[in-house]
Amino acid sequence: MVEEVTEYDTIAAISTPPGEGAISIVRLSGDDALPIIMKLFKGKDLTKVPTHTINYGHIINPQTGEMVDEVMVTVMRAPKTYTREDIVEINCHGGIVPTNKILQLLLTYGARMANPGEFTERAFLHGRIDLTQAESVLDIIEAKTDRSAQLALNHLGGSLAKLIRALREEILDTLSKVEVNIDYPEYDGTEMITTKLLKERTVEVRKKIRKLLETAQGGKILREGLATAIVGRPNVGKSSLLNYLLHEDKAIVTDVAGTTRDVIEEYVNIKGIPLKLIDTAGIRETEDKVEKIGVERSRKAINQGDLVILVLNASEPLTEEDRQLIDLTKDKQRIVIMNKIDLPMQIEMAEVEELVGKENIIRTSIKNAQGVDELESRIKEMFADGIESSQNEVIINNARHVALLNKASNSLDAVLTGIENGMPVDLCQTDLRDAWEYLGEITGDSYKDELLDELFSKFCLGK
Amino acid sequence: MQEGKPYKAKDYDVIVVGAGHAGCEAALAAARMGNKTLLMTINLEMVAFMPCNPSVGGPAKGTVVREIDALGGEMGKNIDKTYIQMRMLNTSKGPAVRALRAQADKRQYSIEMKHTLEEEPNLTLRQGMVDDLIVEDGKVTGVVSSTGAHYGAKAVVLTTGTSARGRIIIGELMYSSGPNNSQPALELTKNLEEKYGFDIVRFKTGTPPRVDGNTIHYDETEEQPGDEDVNHFSFESSDDEYLPVKDQLSCWLTYTNEKVHQIIRDNLDRAPMFTGVIEGVGPRYCPSIEDKVVRFADKDRHQLFLEPEGRTTDEYYVDGLSTSLPEEVQLQMLHNIKGLEDVEMMRPGYAIEYDVVSPYQLRPTLETKKIRGLYTAGQINGTSGYEEAAGQGLIAGINAGRYALGKDQIVLKRSDAYIGVLVDDLVTKGTNEPYRLLTSRAEYRLILRHDNADLRLTELGHQIGLISDERYAKFEQKKADIENEKQRLESIRIKPNPEIDAYLEAHGDRPLKDGVLASDMLRRPYMTYKDLLQFIPAPDHPLDRRVIEQIEIQYKYAGYIKKAEEKVEKLHRMEAKKIPEKIDYSAIDGLATEAVEKLSKIQPETLAQASRISGVNPADISILAVYIQQGKIKKID
Repeated sequence: MVEEVTEYDTIAAISTPPGEGAISIVRLSGDDALPIIMKLFKGKDLTKVPTHTINYGHIINPQTGEMVDEVMVTVMRAPKTYTREDIVEINCHGGIVPTNKILQLLLTYGARMANPGEFTERAFLHGRIDLTQAESVLDIIEAKTDRSAQLALNHLGGSLAKLIRALREEILDTLSKVEVNIDYPEYDGTEMITTKLLKERTVEVRKKIRKLLETAQGGKILREGLATAIVGRPNVGKSSLLNYLLHEDKAIVTDVAGTTRDVIEEYVNIKGIPLKLIDTAGIRETEDKVEKIGVERSRKAINQGDLVILVLNASEPLTEEDRQLIDLTKDKQRIVIMNKIDLPMQIEMAEVEELVGKENIIRTSIKNAQGVDELESRIKEMFADGIESSQNEVIINNARHVALLNKASNSLDAVLTGIENGMPVDLCQTDLRDAWEYLGEITGDSYKDELLDELFSKFCLGK
Repeated sequence: MQEGKPYKAKDYDVIVVGAGHAGCEAALAAARMGNKTLLMTINLEMVAFMPCNPSVGGPAKGTVVREIDALGGEMGKNIDKTYIQMRMLNTSKGPAVRALRAQADKRQYSIEMKHTLEEEPNLTLRQGMVDDLIVEDGKVTGVVSSTGAHYGAKAVVLTTGTSARGRIIIGELMYSSGPNNSQPALELTKNLEEKYGFDIVRFKTGTPPRVDGNTIHYDETEEQPGDEDVNHFSFESSDDEYLPVKDQLSCWLTYTNEKVHQIIRDNLDRAPMFTGVIEGVGPRYCPSIEDKVVRFADKDRHQLFLEPEGRTTDEYYVDGLSTSLPEEVQLQMLHNIKGLEDVEMMRPGYAIEYDVVSPYQLRPTLETKKIRGLYTAGQINGTSGYEEAAGQGLIAGINAGRYALGKDQIVLKRSDAYIGVLVDDLVTKGTNEPYRLLTSRAEYRLILRHDNADLRLTELGHQIGLISDERYAKFEQKKADIENEKQRLESIRIKPNPEIDAYLEAHGDRPLKDGVLASDMLRRPYMTYKDLLQFIPAPDHPLDRRVIEQIEIQYKYAGYIKKAEEKVEKLHRMEAKKIPEKIDYSAIDGLATEAVEKLSKIQPETLAQASRISGVNPADISILAVYIQQGKIKKID
């Protein structure tokens, strides 16, 4: 459910100007300010510290356990605060990345993105400032009215909005079928949505949302490079690919001195997409020694990769290792290279196509520089959208979208957990509906009667 | 029409106009609360008459019947006395959407209800037609009947159904009529429109032909029997009285076919729905067969349920074949349907148009904004369905009764009851077609279950004075039984033992490693309370099936219920923000033009209600909140 009115919830925003200042402040205001920060904060129990104190600690991503930033947190309890609500201010290291990340986490764990002027608005609502002071606030709210009408179209990259609408359509189709099953149990004009079917569809949508989250993190790709794993059994042409990619004019000079990493990374620029190649040492080693491939090592690279390039040898039949790798990479954004097409074809093409999807296969002969251009174009196709939108979007909106997508993704997880636990379809679907509504918040399509319209336009119901 | 000579008749506290499903509930509620009540209806043979399908309940609607029962209404009790088949729907789904539906004996249903009305001490039942209201200083003070009687009243409830300027249409035939050829009420809504300035719109509904059961070839249809499992609508009905399946009557399923569809297509030029003769807006929820065939041209057949209309009649209702095609075409259609080849039609189907008071003119109490003390309920408010009508009738009756007694008004929230969803939808969003309740309209569906309607509303019913102390004591006992047994289950630990391990394995689960609380064991999807008793001692007295059902649901779906309750909590905080009456929205700076227009039209009572109006966006709500907080609001005088 989308919050119908948002007056009492806890709001968050970056309250320092965007850019590369030494320190940025993320501010939280509302009843849940302390409970929310405690979900992310490692350090003292902030619910117990005295009011108006500054506390040292770390922000941790609860999902991954990853440390996001070293921070100082100011705790100010109501009523002696600007908004007369509990306020928490997180002083973090300046720069868009950590600040934005912290904001995203706050939004994912229960805060709502503050509207422009909303802190002041609350100060006014709680009687902290008087009407003359507040008039400027009204102006701001007014400005917002015009904007919100156009939010859907203008603020989103057209392609993202389209994608999200398509996802909503997909969910709506399932939702309306479940609803028909419920409200017209004897109606035989639609398929019965079983938990099995619900699961299939949820997995499908979740996959797309995750992909969207990855592309929506285009900013991250720009900063850190698109983590790319090249995997394949020995002698399929991984090193040739690596060497091709690392060809001088593509190599990026990066200063990684002073950092120690498990695996060596090298950077290349593919049509404007910075690729961070994972475990290049491993690729060389296994190729050199023709030793049995360390599947463990591949697995690790695969896990780290945002993109996996799986190389197969077209001149040999599929091996057990190939199949294992295909399976290991199935949930990843993946490109499958069918290399050595200059040699007679031995591989079971039909089987591979069925396993990985025809559209994900690129045929190459890296030795002869054949097909590599197609590979580069494909990489660009897959990630350019995300990068572009991250460049064009206002940072703050970006954080909101990511948070909503995360919420949608969590709701879909809940659907699947429900199904695992043997819950009936109409209960699992409440989470599916939540996901649908979160996505609707992104595009601004929150017309509540959509579902009913769908029901009665698609199905022939009633007596 | 020539009216009777005016004369002064008796005074009442509450007068209810129309004795359909809304009117009966309204009159009974008002009278039982201690008001001297008059119930006027055009034809006393048509009290609680079912002019359409012979059934009560179903998804969402069945829950409404239980809610009516918990608030002290009559529909649940009446159908429990007169059903001929009982069936639980959606049994393969979760508890929130399970739905009880009964086939009714129409005549018996009407007779029982009429008798209940007659037995009610404070209630007078009278045949007659109300033509006009008496209004003084913006308040209703009585009604005028066609016979000239001027009745005084503190409050009036209008439940005119499809009688208000009703017009029946069958093919080329068209005539002024109420439901089932009864006398139409031509004056009352005309006066509402012309004299009192109400916005009146025309809606349309329809009904299928009825056929002679002796001429149906049942062996060509599929039998749809009732349930063996005991179920009733009313808390007060006893399990012992449940009819065994052999004493229930079956329904029969058949289908239309291509040939029937062709007949319809060939005669579309004679279908009032398509020739423009019918101006009223028809329901999407209840389309006519011609509508279905045109809109869903790719479907090669549509289901038809043949439903008996009672024990003392052979008439069958052809559910699914609602139509206003000419009689001749109806006959052709019927005779090309499997099982109905030789059927005798007893009554043709028809469409009926009628007057609706656009429901944005109502408060959430169902009082009109224009005239104090005047309430409306049922089809006059734009709804469709007996249950929807009864639910509104009860609320209108309660509030009219309380108004007459000088007490404050009752409003059910969306999170309290389906009735709350229904009324809020009507007064906040309005409707441009006959409104039917659906489970998908309720955002808190998991909380608004039919099994917990008594737990949600009995307390309120008792406070209002419609639930007797005796019944309330029984209800308290049920609540205590639930709580005690839950406490007990949370205190018993089941230790690993061969019996439980064998049971778990049989259900594909792992054997126990450590002890597990009985309550946690019950959370497992396959575990029933009955099975659980194999592994723990029985409670000190055997528990009612409804207590057991409650315990199972409360444990099994706890996670979902909790999530839903959190959403409700949010709603409640917004509902607490009241908006003063008669605000001049145009004087508020910064509101969008569309918001000003909608807010002025609907005049919402709380911020939450305002936020549900389409076209009012969050920024408008913020501005409104600011103004309310400041108390600097300009009012219309």
